[in-house]
Amino acid sequence: MLDEYGHIAILAIIAIIFPLGAVITSWAFQYIRVRPRVPGNPVKADTYECGLRTEGPSLVQFNFRFYYIALLFLLFDVEIVFLYPWAVVFDEVGFVGFLKVMLFLSTFLVGGLYAWRKGALEWR
Amino acid sequence: MEERDSLATDNWWDLRDLSNIAGEILDLAERIGGNELAFIVSPIIGFVAAFLIFILPTQLFLGVYGERKIIGRMQSRYGPNRVGPFGLLQPIADAVKLLTKESYTPRGADILVMYTAPIVFVAPAVMLMAVIPFGPNMVIADIPVAVLYFLAMASFPVIASFMAGWGSNNKYSLFGAMRIVAMTLSYEVPLVLVLLGTVVITGTMSLQDMVWWQSDNNIWLVFIAPVALVIFFIAVSAELNRTPVDIAEAESEIVAGYLTEYSGMKWGLFYGMDIAYALASACFAATIFFGGWSLFGLEQWVPPWILFIVKVYAFYFLFIWTRGTLPRLRIDQLMKFAWQFMLPLAALNLLLLAVQRLIVVEAEIETSAIWWLFGGINLIIAAAAIYGWAKVLGYRRDEVPERPRLVKEVGGYVPYDSSKGAR
Repeated sequence: MLDEYGHIAILAIIAIIFPLGAVITSWAFQYIRVRPRVPGNPVKADTYECGLRTEGPSLVQFNFRFYYIALLFLLFDVEIVFLYPWAVVFDEVGFVGFLKVMLFLSTFLVGGLYAWRKGALEWR
Repeated sequence: MEERDSLATDNWWDLRDLSNIAGEILDLAERIGGNELAFIVSPIIGFVAAFLIFILPTQLFLGVYGERKIIGRMQSRYGPNRVGPFGLLQPIADAVKLLTKESYTPRGADILVMYTAPIVFVAPAVMLMAVIPFGPNMVIADIPVAVLYFLAMASFPVIASFMAGWGSNNKYSLFGAMRIVAMTLSYEVPLVLVLLGTVVITGTMSLQDMVWWQSDNNIWLVFIAPVALVIFFIAVSAELNRTPVDIAEAESEIVAGYLTEYSGMKWGLFYGMDIAYALASACFAATIFFGGWSLFGLEQWVPPWILFIVKVYAFYFLFIWTRGTLPRLRIDQLMKFAWQFMLPLAALNLLLLAVQRLIVVEAEIETSAIWWLFGGINLIIAAAAIYGWAKVLGYRRDEVPERPRLVKEVGGYVPYDSSKGAR
Protein backbone atom coordinates (compact mmCIF):
# COMPACT_ATOMS: atom_id res chain seq x y z
CA MET A 1 0.00 0.00 0.00
CA LEU A 2 2.71 2.48 0.99
CA ASP A 3 4.57 1.55 -2.18
CA GLU A 4 1.99 3.52 -4.11
CA TYR A 5 2.84 6.70 -2.21
CA GLY A 6 6.52 6.07 -2.93
CA HIS A 7 5.67 5.97 -6.62
CA ILE A 8 3.91 9.30 -6.25
CA ALA A 9 6.99 10.74 -4.53
CA ILE A 10 9.19 9.67 -7.44
CA LEU A 11 6.67 11.16 -9.84
CA ALA A 12 6.79 14.39 -7.84
CA ILE A 13 10.54 14.60 -8.43
CA ILE A 14 9.96 14.16 -12.18
CA ALA A 15 7.19 16.74 -12.01
CA ILE A 16 9.53 19.32 -10.51
CA ILE A 17 12.43 18.57 -12.85
CA PHE A 18 10.23 18.98 -15.92
CA PRO A 19 9.28 22.70 -15.56
CA LEU A 20 12.62 23.50 -13.93
CA GLY A 21 14.33 22.15 -17.02
CA ALA A 22 12.19 24.30 -19.29
CA VAL A 23 12.92 27.47 -17.34
CA ILE A 24 16.66 26.73 -17.07
CA THR A 25 16.90 25.89 -20.78
CA SER A 26 15.23 29.13 -21.68
CA TRP A 27 17.54 30.98 -19.28
CA ALA A 28 20.65 29.27 -20.65
CA PHE A 29 19.70 30.15 -24.22
CA GLN A 30 20.48 33.80 -23.62
CA TYR A 31 24.18 32.97 -23.12
CA ILE A 32 24.54 31.05 -26.39
CA ARG A 33 22.74 33.84 -28.24
CA VAL A 34 19.67 31.82 -29.18
CA ARG A 35 17.53 34.11 -27.08
CA PRO A 36 17.81 37.88 -27.19
CA ARG A 37 19.33 39.54 -24.16
CA VAL A 38 18.74 43.22 -24.31
CA PRO A 39 19.76 45.19 -21.22
CA GLY A 40 16.80 47.02 -19.80
CA ASN A 41 16.32 50.73 -19.77
CA PRO A 42 14.06 52.45 -17.21
CA VAL A 43 11.12 52.57 -19.60
CA LYS A 44 11.35 48.92 -20.53
CA ALA A 45 11.73 47.82 -16.91
CA ASP A 46 8.64 49.75 -15.88
CA THR A 47 5.58 47.90 -14.61
CA TYR A 48 3.01 47.62 -17.38
CA GLU A 49 0.11 49.96 -16.92
CA CYS A 50 -1.44 50.42 -20.36
CA GLY A 51 1.41 52.57 -21.59
CA LEU A 52 1.28 55.19 -18.87
CA ARG A 53 3.91 55.74 -16.21
CA THR A 54 3.34 53.67 -13.10
CA GLU A 55 1.50 55.54 -10.38
CA GLY A 56 2.00 54.73 -6.71
CA PRO A 57 2.66 51.33 -5.18
CA SER A 58 1.52 48.25 -7.08
CA LEU A 59 0.26 46.23 -4.14
CA VAL A 60 -2.93 48.25 -3.73
CA GLN A 61 -6.03 47.77 -1.59
CA PHE A 62 -8.74 45.51 -2.91
CA ASN A 63 -12.43 44.90 -2.31
CA PHE A 64 -13.19 43.65 1.21
CA ARG A 65 -15.76 41.21 -0.28
CA PHE A 66 -12.89 38.82 -0.89
CA TYR A 67 -12.62 38.29 2.88
CA TYR A 68 -16.29 37.25 3.00
CA ILE A 69 -15.61 34.65 0.36
CA ALA A 70 -12.65 33.30 2.32
CA LEU A 71 -14.70 33.06 5.53
CA LEU A 72 -17.59 31.32 3.76
CA PHE A 73 -15.13 28.91 2.21
CA LEU A 74 -13.83 28.03 5.67
CA LEU A 75 -17.39 27.50 6.88
CA PHE A 76 -18.41 25.18 4.06
CA ASP A 77 -15.43 23.42 2.59
CA VAL A 78 -13.58 22.35 5.69
CA GLU A 79 -16.76 20.79 7.07
CA ILE A 80 -17.51 19.01 3.82
CA VAL A 81 -14.05 17.50 3.57
CA PHE A 82 -14.65 15.92 6.99
CA LEU A 83 -17.60 14.07 5.44
CA TYR A 84 -15.40 12.03 3.08
CA PRO A 85 -14.55 9.40 5.74
CA TRP A 86 -18.29 9.04 6.40
CA ALA A 87 -18.93 8.43 2.71
CA VAL A 88 -16.36 5.63 2.64
CA VAL A 89 -17.79 3.79 5.67
CA PHE A 90 -21.39 4.53 4.68
CA ASP A 91 -22.46 0.85 4.73
CA GLU A 92 -21.14 0.20 8.25
CA VAL A 93 -22.61 3.24 10.00
CA GLY A 94 -25.97 2.86 8.27
CA PHE A 95 -29.03 4.81 9.32
CA VAL A 96 -27.64 6.19 12.60
CA GLY A 97 -24.59 7.60 10.85
CA PHE A 98 -26.82 9.08 8.17
CA LEU A 99 -28.93 10.87 10.80
CA LYS A 100 -25.85 12.22 12.55
CA VAL A 101 -24.40 13.55 9.34
CA MET A 102 -27.70 15.19 8.43
CA LEU A 103 -27.72 16.87 11.85
CA PHE A 104 -24.17 18.04 11.19
CA LEU A 105 -25.11 19.32 7.74
CA SER A 106 -28.17 21.15 9.06
CA THR A 107 -25.92 23.28 11.31
CA PHE A 108 -23.96 24.49 8.34
CA LEU A 109 -27.20 24.95 6.43
CA VAL A 110 -28.37 27.35 9.15
CA GLY A 111 -25.03 29.14 8.99
CA GLY A 112 -25.32 29.42 5.23
CA LEU A 113 -28.86 30.76 5.44
CA TYR A 114 -27.71 33.36 7.98
CA ALA A 115 -24.90 34.42 5.66
CA TRP A 116 -27.37 34.65 2.80
CA ARG A 117 -29.78 36.73 4.89
CA LYS A 118 -26.94 39.09 5.80
CA GLY A 119 -26.13 39.49 2.12
CA ALA A 120 -22.69 37.87 2.23
CA LEU A 121 -23.47 35.71 -0.80
CA GLU A 122 -24.09 38.70 -3.05
CA TRP A 123 -21.28 40.47 -4.82
CA ARG A 124 -22.02 44.17 -4.76
CA MET B 1 -8.47 -5.45 -2.46
CA GLU B 2 -9.64 -8.73 -3.96
CA GLU B 3 -8.05 -10.09 -7.09
CA ARG B 4 -9.97 -9.48 -10.30
CA ASP B 5 -9.64 -11.74 -13.29
CA SER B 6 -7.43 -9.97 -15.75
CA LEU B 7 -9.06 -9.01 -18.99
CA ALA B 8 -6.11 -9.78 -21.19
CA THR B 9 -3.51 -12.50 -21.49
CA ASP B 10 0.00 -12.15 -20.10
CA ASN B 11 1.66 -11.86 -23.49
CA TRP B 12 3.60 -8.64 -23.79
CA TRP B 13 2.36 -8.09 -27.34
CA ASP B 14 -1.29 -8.10 -26.24
CA LEU B 15 -2.27 -4.50 -26.86
CA ARG B 16 -5.37 -4.78 -24.70
CA ASP B 17 -3.20 -4.44 -21.63
CA LEU B 18 -0.11 -2.30 -22.03
CA SER B 19 0.98 -3.08 -18.49
CA ASN B 20 2.38 -6.38 -19.76
CA ILE B 21 5.08 -4.49 -21.64
CA ALA B 22 5.80 -2.50 -18.49
CA GLY B 23 5.98 -5.80 -16.60
CA GLU B 24 8.65 -7.08 -19.00
CA ILE B 25 10.71 -3.93 -18.50
CA LEU B 26 10.25 -4.18 -14.73
CA ASP B 27 11.46 -7.80 -14.74
CA LEU B 28 14.53 -6.67 -16.66
CA ALA B 29 15.14 -3.87 -14.15
CA GLU B 30 14.75 -6.30 -11.27
CA ARG B 31 17.31 -8.67 -12.78
CA ILE B 32 19.78 -5.79 -13.23
CA GLY B 33 19.37 -3.76 -10.07
CA GLY B 34 17.09 -5.68 -7.71
CA ASN B 35 13.88 -4.51 -6.11
CA GLU B 36 15.03 -0.96 -5.48
CA LEU B 37 15.67 -0.22 -9.14
CA ALA B 38 12.33 -1.77 -10.11
CA PHE B 39 10.62 0.42 -7.52
CA ILE B 40 12.17 3.56 -8.99
CA VAL B 41 11.69 2.51 -12.61
CA SER B 42 8.01 1.61 -12.22
CA PRO B 43 6.54 5.13 -11.97
CA ILE B 44 8.97 6.38 -14.60
CA ILE B 45 7.63 3.81 -17.07
CA GLY B 46 4.12 4.86 -16.20
CA PHE B 47 4.97 8.51 -16.65
CA VAL B 48 6.71 7.94 -19.97
CA ALA B 49 3.84 5.81 -21.25
CA ALA B 50 1.22 8.31 -20.15
CA PHE B 51 3.29 11.11 -21.60
CA LEU B 52 3.90 9.45 -24.95
CA ILE B 53 0.48 8.02 -25.72
CA PHE B 54 -1.54 10.60 -23.92
CA ILE B 55 -0.19 13.98 -22.89
CA LEU B 56 2.13 14.72 -25.79
CA PRO B 57 -0.29 14.06 -28.67
CA THR B 58 -3.04 15.82 -26.77
CA GLN B 59 -0.94 18.77 -25.76
CA LEU B 60 0.39 19.31 -29.23
CA PHE B 61 -2.33 18.30 -31.60
CA LEU B 62 -5.57 18.41 -29.67
CA GLY B 63 -4.83 20.94 -26.98
CA VAL B 64 -3.09 23.58 -29.05
CA TYR B 65 -3.75 22.84 -32.72
CA GLY B 66 -7.16 21.19 -32.39
CA GLU B 67 -8.50 23.72 -29.95
CA ARG B 68 -7.47 26.67 -32.10
CA LYS B 69 -8.72 24.98 -35.24
CA ILE B 70 -12.11 24.01 -33.78
CA ILE B 71 -12.66 27.43 -32.23
CA GLY B 72 -11.62 28.98 -35.52
CA ARG B 73 -14.23 26.99 -37.40
CA MET B 74 -16.83 27.85 -34.77
CA GLN B 75 -16.09 31.52 -35.31
CA SER B 76 -16.11 31.29 -39.13
CA ARG B 77 -12.37 31.55 -39.65
CA TYR B 78 -9.71 29.07 -40.65
CA GLY B 79 -7.52 28.81 -37.59
CA PRO B 80 -3.82 27.97 -38.00
CA ASN B 81 -3.10 26.80 -41.57
CA ARG B 82 0.34 28.14 -42.50
CA VAL B 83 3.02 26.11 -40.71
CA GLY B 84 3.28 22.64 -42.20
CA PRO B 85 0.42 20.69 -43.81
CA PHE B 86 -2.92 22.12 -42.60
CA GLY B 87 -0.97 24.09 -40.00
CA LEU B 88 -0.20 20.90 -38.10
CA LEU B 89 3.28 22.07 -37.10
CA GLN B 90 1.94 25.24 -35.49
CA PRO B 91 2.35 23.93 -31.89
CA ILE B 92 6.02 23.11 -32.54
CA ALA B 93 6.59 26.57 -33.99
CA ASP B 94 4.91 28.04 -30.92
CA ALA B 95 7.15 26.05 -28.60
CA VAL B 96 10.31 27.13 -30.43
CA LYS B 97 9.16 30.73 -30.35
CA LEU B 98 8.49 30.60 -26.62
CA LEU B 99 11.85 29.00 -25.88
CA THR B 100 13.81 31.57 -27.86
CA LYS B 101 11.86 34.60 -26.73
CA GLU B 102 13.27 37.09 -24.29
CA SER B 103 11.97 36.50 -20.79
CA TYR B 104 11.92 39.85 -19.10
CA THR B 105 11.43 40.62 -15.43
CA PRO B 106 10.13 44.09 -14.64
CA ARG B 107 11.58 46.37 -11.99
CA GLY B 108 10.26 45.77 -8.48
CA ALA B 109 9.13 42.20 -9.16
CA ASP B 110 9.81 39.54 -6.55
CA ILE B 111 12.08 37.35 -8.65
CA LEU B 112 11.98 34.28 -6.42
CA VAL B 113 8.18 34.20 -6.25
CA MET B 114 7.79 35.07 -9.91
CA TYR B 115 10.10 32.28 -11.09
CA THR B 116 8.74 29.67 -8.67
CA ALA B 117 5.12 30.25 -9.70
CA PRO B 118 5.25 28.39 -13.05
CA ILE B 119 6.99 25.46 -11.37
CA VAL B 120 4.34 25.28 -8.65
CA PHE B 121 1.76 25.48 -11.42
CA VAL B 122 3.19 22.71 -13.60
CA ALA B 123 4.25 20.07 -11.06
CA PRO B 124 0.74 19.14 -9.79
CA ALA B 125 -0.51 18.84 -13.39
CA VAL B 126 2.03 16.10 -13.96
CA MET B 127 1.31 14.52 -10.59
CA LEU B 128 -2.42 14.35 -11.36
CA MET B 129 -1.58 11.72 -13.96
CA ALA B 130 -0.46 9.35 -11.18
CA VAL B 131 -3.90 8.16 -10.07
CA ILE B 132 -5.72 8.01 -13.41
CA PRO B 133 -6.56 4.44 -14.43
CA PHE B 134 -5.92 4.05 -18.14
CA GLY B 135 -6.83 0.36 -18.02
CA PRO B 136 -7.47 -2.50 -15.60
CA ASN B 137 -3.80 -2.66 -14.56
CA MET B 138 -2.59 0.58 -16.07
CA VAL B 139 -2.34 3.02 -13.20
CA ILE B 140 0.86 4.51 -11.80
CA ALA B 141 -0.30 4.59 -8.17
CA ASP B 142 -3.68 3.15 -7.20
CA ILE B 143 -4.02 4.95 -3.88
CA PRO B 144 -7.20 4.54 -1.77
CA VAL B 145 -7.75 8.31 -1.43
CA ALA B 146 -7.55 9.21 -5.11
CA VAL B 147 -10.55 11.56 -5.04
CA LEU B 148 -9.05 13.61 -2.21
CA TYR B 149 -5.72 13.53 -4.05
CA PHE B 150 -7.42 14.97 -7.10
CA LEU B 151 -9.03 17.76 -5.07
CA ALA B 152 -5.72 18.58 -3.37
CA MET B 153 -3.71 18.66 -6.59
CA ALA B 154 -6.39 20.57 -8.49
CA SER B 155 -6.21 23.29 -5.83
CA PHE B 156 -2.53 23.97 -6.53
CA PRO B 157 -3.01 26.22 -9.60
CA VAL B 158 -4.71 28.82 -7.46
CA ILE B 159 -1.65 29.06 -5.20
CA ALA B 160 0.60 29.36 -8.23
CA SER B 161 -1.65 31.98 -9.78
CA PHE B 162 -1.64 34.00 -6.61
CA MET B 163 2.15 33.76 -6.42
CA ALA B 164 2.32 34.98 -10.01
CA GLY B 165 -0.01 37.87 -9.30
CA TRP B 166 1.73 38.89 -6.10
CA GLY B 167 5.28 38.54 -7.39
CA SER B 168 4.71 40.55 -10.56
CA ASN B 169 4.39 43.87 -8.75
CA ASN B 170 1.58 44.94 -11.06
CA LYS B 171 -1.91 46.15 -10.22
CA TYR B 172 -3.60 44.13 -12.93
CA SER B 173 -1.76 41.02 -11.81
CA LEU B 174 -2.90 41.54 -8.24
CA PHE B 175 -6.52 42.04 -9.30
CA GLY B 176 -6.40 38.91 -11.43
CA ALA B 177 -4.87 36.92 -8.58
CA MET B 178 -7.54 38.05 -6.10
CA ARG B 179 -10.24 37.19 -8.58
CA ILE B 180 -8.98 33.71 -9.25
CA VAL B 181 -8.65 33.01 -5.53
CA ALA B 182 -12.22 34.16 -4.87
CA MET B 183 -13.59 32.20 -7.79
CA THR B 184 -11.72 29.01 -6.97
CA LEU B 185 -12.84 29.15 -3.35
CA SER B 186 -16.45 29.67 -4.42
CA TYR B 187 -16.55 26.84 -6.93
CA GLU B 188 -14.54 24.46 -4.76
CA VAL B 189 -17.53 23.97 -2.43
CA PRO B 190 -20.03 22.56 -4.98
CA LEU B 191 -17.24 20.54 -6.59
CA VAL B 192 -16.35 18.86 -3.31
CA LEU B 193 -20.04 18.23 -2.59
CA VAL B 194 -20.80 16.47 -5.87
CA LEU B 195 -17.66 14.35 -5.67
CA LEU B 196 -18.76 13.40 -2.14
CA GLY B 197 -22.02 12.17 -3.68
CA THR B 198 -20.16 9.83 -6.03
CA VAL B 199 -18.09 8.53 -3.13
CA VAL B 200 -21.30 7.82 -1.17
CA ILE B 201 -22.72 5.82 -4.08
CA THR B 202 -19.64 3.71 -4.78
CA GLY B 203 -18.38 3.51 -1.20
CA THR B 204 -14.75 4.01 -2.19
CA MET B 205 -12.34 6.82 -2.99
CA SER B 206 -10.07 4.72 -5.21
CA LEU B 207 -10.66 5.53 -8.87
CA GLN B 208 -9.91 1.98 -9.95
CA ASP B 209 -12.57 0.66 -7.56
CA MET B 210 -15.01 3.26 -8.83
CA VAL B 211 -14.55 1.97 -12.38
CA TRP B 212 -14.99 -1.60 -11.18
CA TRP B 213 -18.20 -0.59 -9.36
CA GLN B 214 -19.62 0.91 -12.54
CA SER B 215 -18.49 -2.09 -14.54
CA ASP B 216 -20.03 -4.56 -12.07
CA ASN B 217 -23.36 -2.76 -11.86
CA ASN B 218 -23.53 -2.08 -15.60
CA ILE B 219 -24.31 1.58 -15.10
CA TRP B 220 -22.38 4.80 -15.31
CA LEU B 221 -22.61 7.33 -12.51
CA VAL B 222 -23.74 9.98 -14.96
CA PHE B 223 -27.01 8.07 -15.30
CA ILE B 224 -27.45 7.96 -11.52
CA ALA B 225 -26.55 11.58 -10.85
CA PRO B 226 -26.83 13.66 -14.03
CA VAL B 227 -26.84 16.97 -12.21
CA ALA B 228 -23.55 16.05 -10.54
CA LEU B 229 -21.83 15.98 -13.92
CA VAL B 230 -23.21 19.39 -14.85
CA ILE B 231 -22.02 20.91 -11.57
CA PHE B 232 -18.65 19.16 -11.90
CA PHE B 233 -18.20 20.55 -15.40
CA ILE B 234 -19.07 24.14 -14.46
CA ALA B 235 -17.01 24.08 -11.27
CA VAL B 236 -13.98 22.62 -13.02
CA SER B 237 -14.21 25.18 -15.83
CA ALA B 238 -14.26 27.91 -13.21
CA GLU B 239 -11.32 26.45 -11.32
CA LEU B 240 -9.29 26.04 -14.48
CA ASN B 241 -10.13 29.53 -15.66
CA ARG B 242 -11.52 28.37 -18.99
CA THR B 243 -12.97 31.01 -21.24
CA PRO B 244 -16.65 31.41 -20.37
CA VAL B 245 -15.60 32.02 -16.77
CA ASP B 246 -12.06 33.33 -17.16
CA ILE B 247 -12.58 36.60 -15.33
CA ALA B 248 -9.13 36.24 -13.74
CA GLU B 249 -7.44 36.97 -17.07
CA ALA B 250 -10.20 38.84 -18.84
CA GLU B 251 -8.45 40.87 -21.54
CA SER B 252 -11.21 43.43 -21.78
CA GLU B 253 -11.03 44.25 -18.08
CA ILE B 254 -7.60 43.63 -16.57
CA VAL B 255 -5.14 43.18 -19.49
CA ALA B 256 -4.09 39.57 -18.89
CA GLY B 257 -4.72 39.19 -15.19
CA TYR B 258 -1.97 37.49 -13.24
CA LEU B 259 -0.04 36.79 -16.46
CA THR B 260 0.42 40.44 -17.40
CA GLU B 261 4.13 40.60 -16.63
CA TYR B 262 4.98 37.10 -17.83
CA SER B 263 6.82 36.45 -21.05
CA GLY B 264 8.84 33.76 -22.79
CA MET B 265 9.00 30.26 -21.36
CA LYS B 266 7.55 31.31 -18.00
CA TRP B 267 4.34 32.28 -19.77
CA GLY B 268 4.56 29.21 -21.99
CA LEU B 269 4.48 26.92 -18.97
CA PHE B 270 1.30 28.57 -17.70
CA TYR B 271 -0.30 28.35 -21.12
CA GLY B 272 0.68 24.76 -21.82
CA MET B 273 -0.30 23.46 -18.42
CA ASP B 274 -3.75 25.03 -18.55
CA ILE B 275 -4.42 22.43 -21.21
CA ALA B 276 -2.90 19.68 -19.06
CA TYR B 277 -5.21 20.57 -16.18
CA ALA B 278 -8.23 20.57 -18.48
CA LEU B 279 -7.11 17.19 -19.77
CA ALA B 280 -6.67 15.79 -16.26
CA SER B 281 -10.13 17.03 -15.32
CA ALA B 282 -11.54 15.38 -18.43
CA CYS B 283 -9.80 12.17 -17.33
CA PHE B 284 -11.45 12.38 -13.92
CA ALA B 285 -14.86 13.10 -15.41
CA ALA B 286 -14.47 10.14 -17.76
CA THR B 287 -13.37 7.90 -14.88
CA ILE B 288 -15.91 8.92 -12.29
CA PHE B 289 -18.97 9.63 -14.41
CA PHE B 290 -18.49 7.69 -17.65
CA GLY B 291 -17.14 4.37 -16.44
CA GLY B 292 -13.46 4.96 -17.18
CA TRP B 293 -12.01 2.24 -19.39
CA SER B 294 -15.13 0.02 -19.21
CA LEU B 295 -17.89 -0.03 -21.80
CA PHE B 296 -20.51 -2.62 -20.79
CA GLY B 297 -18.33 -5.60 -21.63
CA LEU B 298 -16.89 -4.23 -24.85
CA GLU B 299 -13.53 -3.77 -23.10
CA GLN B 300 -12.94 -7.50 -23.63
CA TRP B 301 -12.53 -6.85 -27.35
CA VAL B 302 -11.36 -3.27 -27.75
CA PRO B 303 -8.25 -2.15 -25.83
CA PRO B 304 -9.59 -0.46 -22.66
CA TRP B 305 -7.12 2.41 -22.88
CA ILE B 306 -8.46 3.33 -26.33
CA LEU B 307 -12.00 3.42 -24.92
CA PHE B 308 -10.73 5.63 -22.13
CA ILE B 309 -8.96 8.03 -24.47
CA VAL B 310 -12.05 8.31 -26.67
CA LYS B 311 -14.16 9.20 -23.63
CA VAL B 312 -11.61 11.74 -22.42
CA TYR B 313 -11.43 13.44 -25.80
CA ALA B 314 -15.21 13.52 -26.05
CA PHE B 315 -15.36 15.28 -22.69
CA TYR B 316 -12.48 17.56 -23.60
CA PHE B 317 -14.40 18.60 -26.69
CA LEU B 318 -17.07 19.97 -24.33
CA PHE B 319 -14.44 22.30 -22.85
CA ILE B 320 -13.53 23.55 -26.32
CA TRP B 321 -17.17 23.88 -27.29
CA THR B 322 -18.12 26.04 -24.32
CA ARG B 323 -15.01 28.10 -24.87
CA GLY B 324 -15.90 28.74 -28.48
CA THR B 325 -19.56 29.58 -28.02
CA LEU B 326 -20.28 31.20 -24.67
CA PRO B 327 -19.58 34.84 -23.79
CA ARG B 328 -17.68 35.82 -20.67
CA LEU B 329 -19.63 36.40 -17.45
CA ARG B 330 -19.20 39.16 -14.90
CA ILE B 331 -17.65 38.47 -11.51
CA ASP B 332 -20.83 39.26 -9.54
CA GLN B 333 -22.84 36.89 -11.74
CA LEU B 334 -20.30 34.14 -11.18
CA MET B 335 -20.18 34.56 -7.41
CA LYS B 336 -23.95 34.70 -7.11
CA PHE B 337 -24.31 31.63 -9.30
CA ALA B 338 -21.81 29.61 -7.25
CA TRP B 339 -23.21 30.38 -3.80
CA GLN B 340 -26.91 30.78 -4.46
CA PHE B 341 -27.55 28.31 -7.26
CA MET B 342 -24.91 25.58 -7.44
CA LEU B 343 -24.38 25.10 -3.70
CA PRO B 344 -28.04 24.29 -2.84
CA LEU B 345 -28.29 22.11 -5.93
CA ALA B 346 -25.16 20.18 -4.97
CA ALA B 347 -26.46 19.75 -1.41
CA LEU B 348 -29.77 18.42 -2.75
CA ASN B 349 -27.87 16.04 -5.02
CA LEU B 350 -25.87 14.73 -2.05
CA LEU B 351 -29.01 14.31 0.06
CA LEU B 352 -30.81 12.33 -2.67
CA LEU B 353 -27.83 10.07 -3.33
CA ALA B 354 -27.30 9.41 0.40
CA VAL B 355 -30.98 8.50 0.89
CA GLN B 356 -30.92 6.18 -2.11
CA ARG B 357 -27.73 4.51 -0.99
CA LEU B 358 -29.31 4.10 2.46
CA ILE B 359 -32.36 2.41 0.91
CA VAL B 360 -30.14 0.01 -1.01
CA VAL B 361 -28.06 -0.82 2.07
CA GLU B 362 -30.86 -1.11 4.64
CA ALA B 363 -33.30 -3.02 2.41
CA GLU B 364 -30.41 -5.19 1.15
CA ILE B 365 -31.34 -4.81 -2.50
CA GLU B 366 -28.99 -6.91 -4.59
CA THR B 367 -30.16 -6.06 -8.09
CA SER B 368 -28.34 -3.21 -9.76
CA ALA B 369 -31.37 -2.30 -11.88
CA ILE B 370 -32.58 -0.25 -8.92
CA TRP B 371 -29.95 2.36 -9.81
CA TRP B 372 -31.61 2.99 -13.16
CA LEU B 373 -34.87 3.70 -11.30
CA PHE B 374 -33.08 6.03 -8.90
CA GLY B 375 -31.34 7.69 -11.84
CA GLY B 376 -34.68 8.45 -13.46
CA ILE B 377 -36.03 9.87 -10.20
CA ASN B 378 -32.90 11.98 -9.78
CA LEU B 379 -33.18 13.34 -13.31
CA ILE B 380 -36.79 14.44 -12.77
CA ILE B 381 -36.06 15.98 -9.36
CA ALA B 382 -32.98 17.75 -10.70
CA ALA B 383 -34.89 19.22 -13.65
CA ALA B 384 -37.68 20.39 -11.35
CA ALA B 385 -35.17 21.80 -8.84
CA ILE B 386 -33.19 23.69 -11.49
CA TYR B 387 -36.35 25.15 -13.01
CA GLY B 388 -38.00 26.02 -9.70
CA TRP B 389 -34.87 27.40 -8.04
CA ALA B 390 -34.15 29.59 -11.06
CA LYS B 391 -37.71 30.94 -10.78
CA VAL B 392 -37.23 31.63 -7.07
CA LEU B 393 -33.96 33.47 -7.64
CA GLY B 394 -35.50 35.44 -10.48
CA TYR B 395 -33.34 34.18 -13.34
CA ARG B 396 -35.05 34.45 -16.68
CA ARG B 397 -34.12 33.85 -20.27
CA ASP B 398 -33.31 36.92 -22.27
CA GLU B 399 -35.77 37.62 -25.01
CA VAL B 400 -34.23 36.75 -28.35
CA PRO B 401 -33.67 40.03 -30.19
CA GLU B 402 -34.64 40.44 -33.81
CA ARG B 403 -31.81 40.39 -36.31
CA PRO B 404 -30.14 43.78 -36.56
CA ARG B 405 -31.87 46.01 -39.04
CA LEU B 406 -28.85 46.65 -41.16
CA VAL B 407 -28.08 42.97 -41.70
CA LYS B 408 -31.72 42.32 -42.56
CA GLU B 409 -31.79 44.98 -45.22
CA VAL B 410 -28.52 43.99 -46.78
CA GLY B 411 -29.63 40.37 -46.76
CA GLY B 412 -27.05 38.99 -44.38
CA TYR B 413 -23.75 37.48 -45.33
CA VAL B 414 -23.79 35.97 -48.82
CA PRO B 415 -20.74 33.86 -49.72
CA TYR B 416 -18.95 34.58 -52.98
CA ASP B 417 -20.04 32.26 -55.78
CA SER B 418 -17.33 31.97 -58.44
CA SER B 419 -19.65 30.60 -61.13
CA LYS B 420 -21.67 33.81 -61.15
CA GLY B 421 -18.69 36.12 -61.11
CA ALA B 422 -18.49 39.28 -59.05
CA ARG B 423 -21.79 40.58 -57.79
